Amino acid sequence: MSSRSADNNQKRADSRSRALSLPRWAKIALYVVMTVLAIPFLFPTWWMVTASLSPANDIYSRSPKLFPTHPLWSDYKQVFELQPFAHQYLNSLYIAALVTVGTMAVSALSGYAFARIRFPGADALFFVVLTGMLVPAEVTIVPLFRMVQSLGLIDTHWPLIIIPIFGAPSVLGTFVMRQFFLALPAELEEAGRLDGLGRFGLFRSIALPLARPALAAVAIFTFLRTWDSYLEPLVYLSTKDKFTLPLALTQYTDAYGGNIWNIQLAATTLTVLPVLAVFIIAQRQFVAGLAQTGLKG
Amino acid sequence: MTARRRDAVAGYLFVAPQLLGWAAFVGWPIVAVVWYSLHSWNVLAGTFDWAGLANYKQLAHDPALGAVLRATLFFSVGLVVLNLALALLLAVLLNQRLRGTALFRTIFFSPVVVSLVAWAIVSGTLLQGTGGINALLAKVGITGPNWLHEPGTALIAVIVTQTIKNVGLNMVLFLAALQGVPEDLYEAAALDGASRWRTFWRITFPLITPTVLLTSIITVVGSLQVFAPIQVLTAGGPGNSTNVLVYDLYKQGFVAHDLSYASTLGVLLFAIVLVLTAIQWQMRKRWVVNE
Repeated sequence: MSSRSADNNQKRADSRSRALSLPRWAKIALYVVMTVLAIPFLFPTWWMVTASLSPANDIYSRSPKLFPTHPLWSDYKQVFELQPFAHQYLNSLYIAALVTVGTMAVSALSGYAFARIRFPGADALFFVVLTGMLVPAEVTIVPLFRMVQSLGLIDTHWPLIIIPIFGAPSVLGTFVMRQFFLALPAELEEAGRLDGLGRFGLFRSIALPLARPALAAVAIFTFLRTWDSYLEPLVYLSTKDKFTLPLALTQYTDAYGGNIWNIQLAATTLTVLPVLAVFIIAQRQFVAGLAQTGLKG
Repeated sequence: MTARRRDAVAGYLFVAPQLLGWAAFVGWPIVAVVWYSLHSWNVLAGTFDWAGLANYKQLAHDPALGAVLRATLFFSVGLVVLNLALALLLAVLLNQRLRGTALFRTIFFSPVVVSLVAWAIVSGTLLQGTGGINALLAKVGITGPNWLHEPGTALIAVIVTQTIKNVGLNMVLFLAALQGVPEDLYEAAALDGASRWRTFWRITFPLITPTVLLTSIITVVGSLQVFAPIQVLTAGGPGNSTNVLVYDLYKQGFVAHDLSYASTLGVLLFAIVLVLTAIQWQMRKRWVVNE
């Protein structure tokens, strides 16, 4: 390439990027707009932490302090004194972990079969399963409550574990896994077939190890959804020892049923911060994983 | 057994957990909820008698139904409009060639990973009459209302709370769509002297309509299921101003223990979701050309 044409190319590229890039004042304006818009997204979390470290009166003071002058840890002590909070934390953790692992298994198996195995009625069955994504949990809560009641499982963790793994919530996972397996080249499995692997072998040792990104997405949205779940624990559970975190958070009330805000905010902080920390570390996976729930509300 | 036959058996075995789960926890409950709605069910007396359409007649004459449907409609429309508009605005801002957009993306997305009840509790303390938001307003000389306890502001407060919590999801979906628009088109438009505003509405927006439609379906169906924030922030009040359909269903079924009437409301909710989905599916076919 002669230096002249290189020069011309350079000029063209310059005019291109000039046409698309922003003038300095526009950049500054954009930063200002984004910073202002960021306030309502950041402030509640900041407030939660600082208010949980302040005396109760400060929460209602006319001039909220952005930095607590004398951080107060007594609210955090009370979180554990008023309720079996550690126990409730453990409940939430183990239920979310079991539901996540169970959903990954059920969704990977059926997603794989719907994508890669030919069997009569597969498409019709997939359509039937998909209807699960259309049914709001509130529509089926009364019959499910009756079912749980007649099985004598009210005030146990069973309905919170079994129903999400096999019922409507796992359908989104199946959908995501099927999409992934549809895109997997068939040749990859041919080699395994020649080696004499059966269907389960192909699934286990060839397809599944490749499906890590899809499994990670399913794991993230399933864990968060279970961790957040509120209606179901509210309906199925009645003793404090069995409560999960979202239910426990609403129970920091005084004798008159009024909320004890500062303690509630301390408990809330303990619930929220670990998840936020993991999010900040593994942002990319979180955003990709949760964008998949874009398929559901 | 032939290989094909063996494969088919494997297929059924693989999908069996999901299918049995669907039958037990989706299929049967839908049949049951309709069945319950046709009965009169007294939980305390233990009676369960055929009632025909009595529950539906009661529903039609329920003096609260108008208020419940109005709250549901206002909430859904308000949430969808605010959420989609804000998500699009944020996505467009983040799609500019600027340093530091990754940080802002993290900030706007972060409430999505905060538990719903936790977010509602924190917002609740801020929205009290003497809470943080009114304290901030007082600094600029405005006396804020008692947001959650006045019929005129409660629903708006819940809508805004819920939008900020979830807008990040739609934002990243829009951002992905925006990044899929070929750069050449912008360059061509810029060389033709089109303004950015015009370029956006004439080139960008038409190309991302599939995403806009998809996210609107999700957001509408999701907005009908708002339960936790209502329970934590307003408990349906004041009056019935935030008593949306799912919340009324919960109260009828699990506070008033009228399970057959709650089932009737469940049938109504399901019918609304089905109709909305069908309408949006039709729109998708008609409007979205490029998929």
